[in-house]
Amino acid sequence: MITTDTMLSRIAESLFWLGRYVERADDTARILDAYLHRLLEDPWSDEDAACRSLHAILGVAVPTEQHCDMDSVLARLAFDAASPGSIEGALTAARQNALTARDVVSTEMWETLNSTWHQLAEHRRAARRTGPHAYLGLVRRRAALFFGLADSTMSRDDGWRFVVLGRSLERVDMIARLLAVRVLAAVHAPDWPTLLSASGAEEAFVRARGAGSDPGEVAAFLLLDRGFPRSVLHALSAAEECLAELGGGTPALRRPEPVRLAVGRMRTRLEYLDSAELEQLPALLGELQLACGEATRAVAERYFPYDGPIEWSHQSATREGV
Amino acid sequence: MADIFDSYTTADAWDEMFERPGVVRPAYAAVFDALSPLDSIELRYRTDQMARAFTDRGVTYSYGGEERPFPLDLVPRLLDAVEWDRLSRGVRQRVLALEAFLADAYGRQRVFEDGVVPYRLLYSSPHFHRAAHGIEPPNGVRIHVSGIDLVRDEEGRFRVLEDNVRVPSGVSYVIENRRVMTRTFPALFAEQPVRPVDEYPQRLLAALKACAPEGVTDPVVAVLTPGVANAAYFEHALLARLMGVQLVEGRDLVCSGNRVRMRTTRGETPVHVIYRRLDDDFLDPLHFRPDSLIGVPGIMAAAHAGNVTLANAVGNGIADDKLLYTYVPDLIRYYLAEEPLLPNVETIRPEEPGRLEEVLDQLDRLVLKPVDGAGGKGIVIGPRAERDALDRLAKQVAADPRGWIAQRPVALSTSPTLSRRTDGQDGLAPRHIDLRPFAVHDGSDVWLVPGGLTRVALGEGNLIVNSSQGGGSKDTWVLAPSAPPARSADERSAAVSEVIPRQFGPGAASTPGGPAQEEAQQQ
Repeated sequence: MITTDTMLSRIAESLFWLGRYVERADDTARILDAYLHRLLEDPWSDEDAACRSLHAILGVAVPTEQHCDMDSVLARLAFDAASPGSIEGALTAARQNALTARDVVSTEMWETLNSTWHQLAEHRRAARRTGPHAYLGLVRRRAALFFGLADSTMSRDDGWRFVVLGRSLERVDMIARLLAVRVLAAVHAPDWPTLLSASGAEEAFVRARGAGSDPGEVAAFLLLDRGFPRSVLHALSAAEECLAELGGGTPALRRPEPVRLAVGRMRTRLEYLDSAELEQLPALLGELQLACGEATRAVAERYFPYDGPIEWSHQSATREGV
Repeated sequence: MADIFDSYTTADAWDEMFERPGVVRPAYAAVFDALSPLDSIELRYRTDQMARAFTDRGVTYSYGGEERPFPLDLVPRLLDAVEWDRLSRGVRQRVLALEAFLADAYGRQRVFEDGVVPYRLLYSSPHFHRAAHGIEPPNGVRIHVSGIDLVRDEEGRFRVLEDNVRVPSGVSYVIENRRVMTRTFPALFAEQPVRPVDEYPQRLLAALKACAPEGVTDPVVAVLTPGVANAAYFEHALLARLMGVQLVEGRDLVCSGNRVRMRTTRGETPVHVIYRRLDDDFLDPLHFRPDSLIGVPGIMAAAHAGNVTLANAVGNGIADDKLLYTYVPDLIRYYLAEEPLLPNVETIRPEEPGRLEEVLDQLDRLVLKPVDGAGGKGIVIGPRAERDALDRLAKQVAADPRGWIAQRPVALSTSPTLSRRTDGQDGLAPRHIDLRPFAVHDGSDVWLVPGGLTRVALGEGNLIVNSSQGGGSKDTWVLAPSAPPARSADERSAAVSEVIPRQFGPGAASTPGGPAQEEAQQQ
């Protein structure tokens, strides 16, 4: 019998990144879908500029002289299996991690991920013919199925917490990226409605604030809404809860572990943010990005201390075996 | 010429896409180029995909108890910027004239005194409601939403076929058609700037808030639906969802002390503006049909007291009666002192002295319409009717001349539409279409959603396009004037300068076994 309160660091790391990569594939699919269809629906959009801002959001640099259009966007940000910043790359990496943690990940979760991965090629071919919508829809639906199965087939132990922690930090990172490009590069950036649909928040936002409300409120909503599960504040709270409970939790009177610092500090910062600070959005988003990086580093240091060369040779050996 | 259009022959009507066989109208050049390389199997495949998307999204209507997707044809209908401008000015003019008429008819009634429209037209209308008298809309608007049906005649001229100022429906198809078209046929949009249609919910909400009762600063808006069994329920839910307001049924509302409230889990909360998608007759059992179970008892009293605004206003039916239609050009001259920009279809009123005989004599050459019909019901197209049907019609018209109008049959314009040919193969064939632009009036401006709903009669030669009569629709494009000039490379690099690289963990192909927090540069 395996006791649920101990877990190999290597497995923990895989679960953490499994959550992150599936969420990354999901978010990337949402962003691409919203963007590409906005491009088609908005006659005045500048395709090259919009595609450039898409690359910027998803962390891929494009040389200025290189032309950028929908096809190149899909090639780099959706279909490139070699880049973990693209959908296929993220799903490939997620599958690799699920394989690593195969004994902890439930069979239903594994099969969902694996079958999706096998179907990608076929859907990619169809997307080249009739457009990317069905492909992106498949990715979104399977990501939802995956997390739904995690929710209903995983015990609420540390394994579960690492998956949710990974997913939550990835979410924070994605929203921060979306907003950053919007705020820093307003000329080419997507309009606010596109940003909302890229975050799956159109309907939640409209219900909360009404159609046609001040676009400035979109940023506030995506950052600070307490009820919407894809808001930064909500995701940070979820991450903090996981961190608080990992390893059996911290007794109430003890000082929280340092690993919680970055996330906890950022969460309280947003929780008590006054509206004047929302005016300085770029600075705030910068802090957010830093906090995400810091939190990931802290989690790695605390739970999966890394011992360079041995891990490296081990990994490449398994890679050849695949 | 390419295969798919090879066998396309124009019918005896204005064709939207072809000037004559083989000669494409300039606006359609890009669409023609995009469609030409495809064969009929490919077109059918995409059409099926769109139908499946509609089924999944619930964009269906019920047909003999079965839920069917509303048929969407994949060849879009195009309007260039100049034509759209002319057309929308015409619709705007018409809506303003009808607004003026309604204000007058429920107010001083000058138009009747001055002899422009006979009094009897008002008093014989089943839609002239005593209950509506004395309700002054807060911002003067009664026609918040209208759908003016247009057709293009043999000469290519747009004419008004009928006005709908009660509860016009169909705008949800405009929104959904565009959504599914961009998703299943992105290549079609690539070469051409098409004006977006997704602003509608926002415009509608603004117009509804603008007509809130006086003194209400933050009005609560609700959409009132007859319920899930209604044919347009999908539209009601879509609009409520896109506006972020409550979708209510009659039983969700209570009236007391001349105020309307909705029953919620937190008690009864006030409602100020109701976008009602219920006919007048069902709205308030205390005033109209006492057997209506879907209405709200007391809502008219609340409207009278000025505590709630109903949109569209009660009693609008007198303005879209088909008999009044024949007077609208005069109304435009009378109220606006302008010449009508959009002509009517030539119409005879059998109720006028001497005209009944004229109509009865040439029944087989006219289109007869019941003045109170909707959804294409009861229309008789003379040239196509059987002898005994015409005899029956003659009796009906003679018995009730007020109940009918007679029109010259207009050969509606045609558009290439995917249909099954007699040899069992799919191909593009000319099918008759109309156009319903939707206008939203907020008190200061009449705004039109670019394009509107193009309905298509799917049967060969069929002239009735209503969905209840087996019609489908087409995505309607208004071409944008032109795109702004492209920006220079310098501006681009200035704008998108900072790229924050992603974080990678194990399992990623390009970072074999790298440390979890490695911030790799990718190319």
